[in-house]
Amino acid sequence: MSPPSPPTRLRLGLRAGLIIFVLLLGFMPVLNLLPAAHPLHVSDFLVSITGKWICYAILSLSLDLAWGYAGILSLGHGAFFALGGYAMGMHLMRLIGPRGVYGHPVLPDFMVFLGYQELPWYWLGFDSFPFAMLMVLLVPGMLALVVGFLSFRSRITGVYLSILTQAMTFALMLAFFRNDMGLGGNNGFTDFKELLGFPLNTSGARAGLFYASLVALVLSFLICMRLTRSKYGRVLTAIRDAESRVRFLGYDTTSHKLFAFVLSAMLAGLAGALYVPQVGIINPGEFSPTNSIEAVIWVAVGGRGTLVGAVLGAFTVNGLKTWLTSAAPDLWLFVLGGLFVAVTLFLPKGLIGLMKGRKP
Amino acid sequence: MSGRRLYLDGVSVVFDGFRALNNLSLIVEPGELRSVIGPNGAGKTTMMDVITGKTRPTAGRVLFGETDLTRMDEAGIANLGIGRKFQKPTMFDALTVFENLELALKAPRGPIACLRWKLNGEARTRIEQTMAEIGLTERAQDLAGILSHGQRQWLEIGMLLMQDPELLLVDEPVAGMTDAETEHTAALLVRIAGRRSVVVVEHDLEFVRALGRRVTVLCDGSVLSEGSIDHVQNDQRVIEVYLGR
Ligand SMILES: Nc1ncnc2c1ncn2[C@@H]1O[C@H](COP(=O)(O)OP(=O)(O)OP(=O)(O)O)[C@@H](O)[C@H]1O
Ligand SMILES: [Mg+2]
Repeated sequence: MSPPSPPTRLRLGLRAGLIIFVLLLGFMPVLNLLPAAHPLHVSDFLVSITGKWICYAILSLSLDLAWGYAGILSLGHGAFFALGGYAMGMHLMRLIGPRGVYGHPVLPDFMVFLGYQELPWYWLGFDSFPFAMLMVLLVPGMLALVVGFLSFRSRITGVYLSILTQAMTFALMLAFFRNDMGLGGNNGFTDFKELLGFPLNTSGARAGLFYASLVALVLSFLICMRLTRSKYGRVLTAIRDAESRVRFLGYDTTSHKLFAFVLSAMLAGLAGALYVPQVGIINPGEFSPTNSIEAVIWVAVGGRGTLVGAVLGAFTVNGLKTWLTSAAPDLWLFVLGGLFVAVTLFLPKGLIGLMKGRKP
Repeated sequence: MSGRRLYLDGVSVVFDGFRALNNLSLIVEPGELRSVIGPNGAGKTTMMDVITGKTRPTAGRVLFGETDLTRMDEAGIANLGIGRKFQKPTMFDALTVFENLELALKAPRGPIACLRWKLNGEARTRIEQTMAEIGLTERAQDLAGILSHGQRQWLEIGMLLMQDPELLLVDEPVAGMTDAETEHTAALLVRIAGRRSVVVVEHDLEFVRALGRRVTVLCDGSVLSEGSIDHVQNDQRVIEVYLGR
């Protein structure tokens, strides 16, 4: 009689599948080096889009931790992703240095254009990579801490919390659109040149970012696994299913939810930071409420409350999106909405639930 | 054992003008086993809600030893040593019987402590003892969601025991139990009392008789009568409002 239920065959199978999947992904940049005529050649496009999907998978994992385990249905996780992206973007902007169009030694182009004389204080330090990476985690983490503390303490849950997080990302989008934020207004940041001394837009940089993302995905997965397999993970599930009962057992549920929410926001920020150098741009559109909603759909489709499901969902839905937006661009939003309705009605446990079959 | 006494001092609870508790005063001595009976809607569950911090009283104080519970939240009160079994059994259906008990087990409750938690031999033994006590040893690895109603009642009692509380509030523990299970529950509660204080709310008078201790009759949110079960059953007012119907 072992306390944690023994791994089922399905769980082992899923884990094996995931490992094989990660290994296959790992080969993609290598196969990209083959001559274009070779049958195993992987195109630049496929490598770069897969690199993006890996970042989405990290975002999906982070949302699953908050929603699937702790029951915090955040409709604003895109904001944490975008903030991580902006922190990385600020670093990349500082690295442009005098190579901008205006050739100013320090100020990014948009600041010169807007007549800035010197860097705003909140840009200081972003020339340092370690500092920028710290901000990638801290800025989303702090926002989650404040929003989470205020709402969890006031016992805002369910729909109200979802609306609140959605409002949060919407408000941030409006704020970031403003030029006087000093963050590039509606154009955001682009024209990045280099990262860690490597020029971007080369196949080498592409492969490097791809592997960095893959490693981040694996690490995020392991962190989430460690968390959800512990008693802490079971407390989270218990909070998700019957929060007040957990309180009567003497658990301060606010601090438990806060811990999960902040960690989740940090993972989302990390995902955004890896995403931005790969796509080469970050602008306020990244805060758009629809981005956050899409992330919820990835998790729902894959199967919330299972980590493999979150990863699976991110790749499946985004694969479908890429294919459909080229095949029938007008259809995508309908398909996305339809997918959500269908999963909610017929597959409450997502694709993973489908594999589990009859299990209760 | 020098436990703390529970003292409800003139507690009133008003819901939209309706007085669920009306200037209720009650003392439960350390180690006492007290039965509380009363017609539906008498305010028995509301009384437990007030003690455990779920409902704030409109007036009055609830003292546990020197501490005023009305100023604390649910988790704080639970950690003070007051455990509760709910009228409608509530547990975590997505977790196994073992895991439910493990969550209830008295141990540091913070996120980091839970993350670092390792099930040691002592904890395992305590959980296994409790499972034996509540007759769920065979079901250890079953999800709580698939238990029968009676088994859920038992699991709730088990979770209460795991918390090792000083005061147990037990709301209708034998609803849905067979006669044999009811007897077993009565014996269990009698055994527990003495080391801890126990307040049992129950409709089943046979059960209350089996407990054989002091009985409080609630009606319309205040105490109607108090004493031995025989005293209470012969009290004219009690017969009118409750037993005689
Ligand atoms: N949250 C609430 N809002 C409004 N009225 C409430 C609330 N909780 C309880 N009541 C009312 O207060 C009264 C006392 O309810 P309570 O549940 O305490 O009774 P009880 O003695 O436990 O009854 P039962 O034997 O049916 O469990 C009832 O009339 C109930 O409808
Ligand atoms: Mg009741």
